[in-house]
Amino acid sequence: MSASYSLRVNGRDREVSDGWLGESLLWVLRERLDLPGAKNACEQGECGSCSVLIDGSLVCACLVLAASAVDRDIVTVEGIAGAVDGSDAVLSDVQEAFLAEGAVQCGFCTPGLIMAVHDLLDRVPLPTDLEVREAISGNLCRCTGYGRIMEAVWTAVRSRQVGREA
Amino acid sequence: MTVAVPRTLDEAFAALAAEPDAHLLMGGTDLMVEVNYGHRRPTAVVALDRVPELRGWERSADGRSVLVRAGLTYTEMETGELAATFPALAQAARTVGSPQIRNAGTMGGNLGTASPAGDTLPVLAALDATVVLGAAGGAQREMPWDEFIVGVKRTVREPHEIIVGARLPVRRGPQEFLKVGTRNAMVISVASVALVVDLDAETVAVGLGSVGPVPLRARDAEGWIADRLTFGLLGLSSDGTAETLADEFGRRVADASRPIDDQRSSAAYRRHAIGVCARRALLRALSPQVVVT
Repeated sequence: MSASYSLRVNGRDREVSDGWLGESLLWVLRERLDLPGAKNACEQGECGSCSVLIDGSLVCACLVLAASAVDRDIVTVEGIAGAVDGSDAVLSDVQEAFLAEGAVQCGFCTPGLIMAVHDLLDRVPLPTDLEVREAISGNLCRCTGYGRIMEAVWTAVRSRQVGREA
Repeated sequence: MTVAVPRTLDEAFAALAAEPDAHLLMGGTDLMVEVNYGHRRPTAVVALDRVPELRGWERSADGRSVLVRAGLTYTEMETGELAATFPALAQAARTVGSPQIRNAGTMGGNLGTASPAGDTLPVLAALDATVVLGAAGGAQREMPWDEFIVGVKRTVREPHEIIVGARLPVRRGPQEFLKVGTRNAMVISVASVALVVDLDAETVAVGLGSVGPVPLRARDAEGWIADRLTFGLLGLSSDGTAETLADEFGRRVADASRPIDDQRSSAAYRRHAIGVCARRALLRALSPQVVVT
């Protein structure tokens, strides 16, 4: 059985039709709304690669029943860059910091980490080392060993500090 | 399949009446894993995460208990006045999954799933918490935690009922929660201990997780240690008495466990780990750094 519903993703209302109502938000984003930024790996909330913001709260899209997310504000990594639907746009400060520090290797975990770091720095502008580690503890990276990811976080913290002082 | 997203508790009961076999969905951290893996294909879901009557927490008029409502997330348990009132609950919440999971998972979900590894459940056990179930028309019933959880992932909730929350008695005294998993973050517990000291009743309560089909209490160990503490003057003496007491306390707590071998651990390791956790929990509770409020 299928039914239609509407989701508000990156500021736009998107119709979802002909889907099974048991589909996860991750599946709907990737397979029905052409938003493949959130990655599909574990489908059980362990890896963090599908992290999105729902009403400002960082969650795993794989654990959200898409049809229950009606009337919520959903932000994916495509929305973080100021773009929608994959159009080219200026990258966010956190994305720039990941590039500058070489915090990306295979790249699979990167969208989820970008979301987690944005969530942290928007709440805690000057985090401690422990706060950063805890904030990204739900995002598995099997390539980098996290060293450059940590560096990217500090680079983003510094760039925001400069932005505030300017 | 149908998905209902009620915006009031009355709407939720109406949705449940229309689909009596519906699965109740709160944070999705349990149900959606089963759905994603094809282990469960629900015909109806009632999502409760938009029901305002299930949000937040509330202190009773006499201040002696707090109703933690079903929709309270682990993140919300971790900080603020609630965390100061129930440090063991805050510590348990902080060990759950990842920030993403803690933003989604809830007290009601932990109770409804009733997994032997549910992290808040040993805390509810140690606090002698009760569970409040609601039904249409304002009907409610309330029962002790051990009458609510009756087996592995089995509760006495009737299909027409919704978990309103858990009522936690306020205790004056130190509280601890310790958990062992296969790593430090984002892990399902292998063994967990909640320890609650009640300075007014002069009791020690110990709740155990992941070492039995349901949360357990270590009543023999509780009484044994309570007889040996000076509650007006908790602290660690320098002569090693506390360590010796804690060794025996750990052994007695381990004796109360009923662990099994499974994919996460062996029964023998669980028994060992629960004793070590209990020993540490006691020493931390007696530690002079703990501010007793």
